[in-house]
Amino acid sequence: MQTPAPFEYERATSVDNALALLERHGPEARVVAGGHSLLPMMKLRLAGPEVLIDINDLADLDYIRVDGDDIAIGAMTRHAALLSSPVLAEHYPIFRDAERVIADPVVRNRGTFGGSVCQADPSEDLSAVTSALGATMVIRSTEGVRTVSAREFHTGPYETVVGPAEILVEIRVPIRPACGSAYEKVDRRAGDWAVAAGGCFLTLDTGGTVTDVGIGLTAVGAPHFCAPEAEAALRGHPISDEAIVAAAAKAAAATNPATDQRGPADYKRHLAGELTKRALRRALVRARGEGA
Amino acid sequence: MTMQVTMTVNGEEVSREIEPRLLLVHFLRDEIGLTGTHWGCDTSNCGVCVVLLDGVPAKSCTVLAAMAGGHEIQTVEGMAQGGTLHPVQEGFFQEHGLQCGFCTPAMMLTAQALLEVNPDPSTTEIREAIYGTACRCTGYENIVRAIRWAAEHPALEEVTA
Ligand SMILES: Cc1cc2nc3c(=O)[nH]c(=O)nc-3n(C[C@H](O)[C@H](O)[C@H](O)COP(=O)(O)OP(=O)(O)OC[C@H]3O[C@@H](n4cnc5c(N)ncnc54)[C@H](O)[C@@H]3O)c2cc1C
Ligand code: FES
Ligand code: FES
Repeated sequence: MQTPAPFEYERATSVDNALALLERHGPEARVVAGGHSLLPMMKLRLAGPEVLIDINDLADLDYIRVDGDDIAIGAMTRHAALLSSPVLAEHYPIFRDAERVIADPVVRNRGTFGGSVCQADPSEDLSAVTSALGATMVIRSTEGVRTVSAREFHTGPYETVVGPAEILVEIRVPIRPACGSAYEKVDRRAGDWAVAAGGCFLTLDTGGTVTDVGIGLTAVGAPHFCAPEAEAALRGHPISDEAIVAAAAKAAAATNPATDQRGPADYKRHLAGELTKRALRRALVRARGEGA
Repeated sequence: MTMQVTMTVNGEEVSREIEPRLLLVHFLRDEIGLTGTHWGCDTSNCGVCVVLLDGVPAKSCTVLAAMAGGHEIQTVEGMAQGGTLHPVQEGFFQEHGLQCGFCTPAMMLTAQALLEVNPDPSTTEIREAIYGTACRCTGYENIVRAIRWAAEHPALEEVTA
């Protein structure tokens, strides 16, 4: 039987209360959201917080809404809600593509957006999605609110800029007109973590020139889950399948995958290119309004 | 160091003094004595420990009992009403939806939750809904048929006559 080491349990009643509890208990305290990454780590003694602060009652962090020019998503939004959201399906089908292949439906009932990106597992799908989309991460402490770009949010494997007395409260994604987005993942079996995955968005002007593009990569050692060289190769240029193939090759070249039980490094690098290509092709179809 | 936790299990309020690190699966099995909730991989992968948390399937090996405090839990023991099997249970009986029975409580609860939001699911929708739970006997064909049977027989009176 796997049991976590003993800890003290506190249930936060509001964001302010959670922040006060984090301050009171110091760096040995951790928030628990869905618990689907943290509790397994605690069972394996890979994490051993002395105090767990349960933020599941913070229903005011569970929303997906259009807010000005952005879509604002609360950190406690569950995977299942991201999968079924009509707002995200309309503006960013990349979320639906990714969520369909994140874990299984039961895990998706508990795991949260905030927990996913704060876990910062190199194989976490939503980290690559936020990086591709150029999302803004909204972080709160008792001092106030600060925002960090998704590409500065992760400081390394399992590390983010969120301090011990801070909470990620919201993820914001700018709404872009004439935009298409998509996510492509290869896993070994249904519900498993990615061997590799790639996601992107692109926007086009009426002449077919790429006005903006973002490419995210999962599980292949891409710094900050993104592929800036591949983006630069597309941005400002006319879109074509040759351009997509060339950009995908640049994305693959920028990866640094590790050989592990999910596959050898060269296979993962190959997948990074192939999945970037497929995601760009699908995003293009969507940007042109030609398919779902 | 212990704490008091109170939750509703199958419609009844239960309260126990527990360690905060106690997992919901062990709370249900060892503290409440409801051993219908099974416990397998212990790593949130196999899904045999599924219970309904406020009506939604959740893996009880990856939820603290403390986190379930104040919430409604339903286990397989809460499916039959007054000695009458739930249509999903009857479906598993009619269509041989179980072999060893290890995955059965989780499969049936997942099916119950599915039918509550989608009373007439396609076989594809059923397969997507249950893939969080592994059947070690690999009897998926009959499990899907059993859930279809339940969808086609929402009122038990139709079949028990
Ligand atoms: C069987 C299984 C398969 C999975 N497969 C996939 C997969 O294919 N792809 C994928 O991307 N993920 C996968 N996951 C991971 C799943 O997506 C994550 O477990 C989950 O989303 C993490 O969210 P959580 O709410 O459970 O986080 P928790 O486990 O509660 O927390 C994770 C970490 O984030 C911190 N944290 C949580 N919320 C906040 C916040 N608001 N502010 C600051 N810190 C916070 C916690 O302190 C902790 O350190 C899988 C998980 C399981 C169990
Ligand atoms: S015992 Fe809970 S998922 Fe296997
Ligand atoms: S019936 Fe044996 S595990 Fe499913």
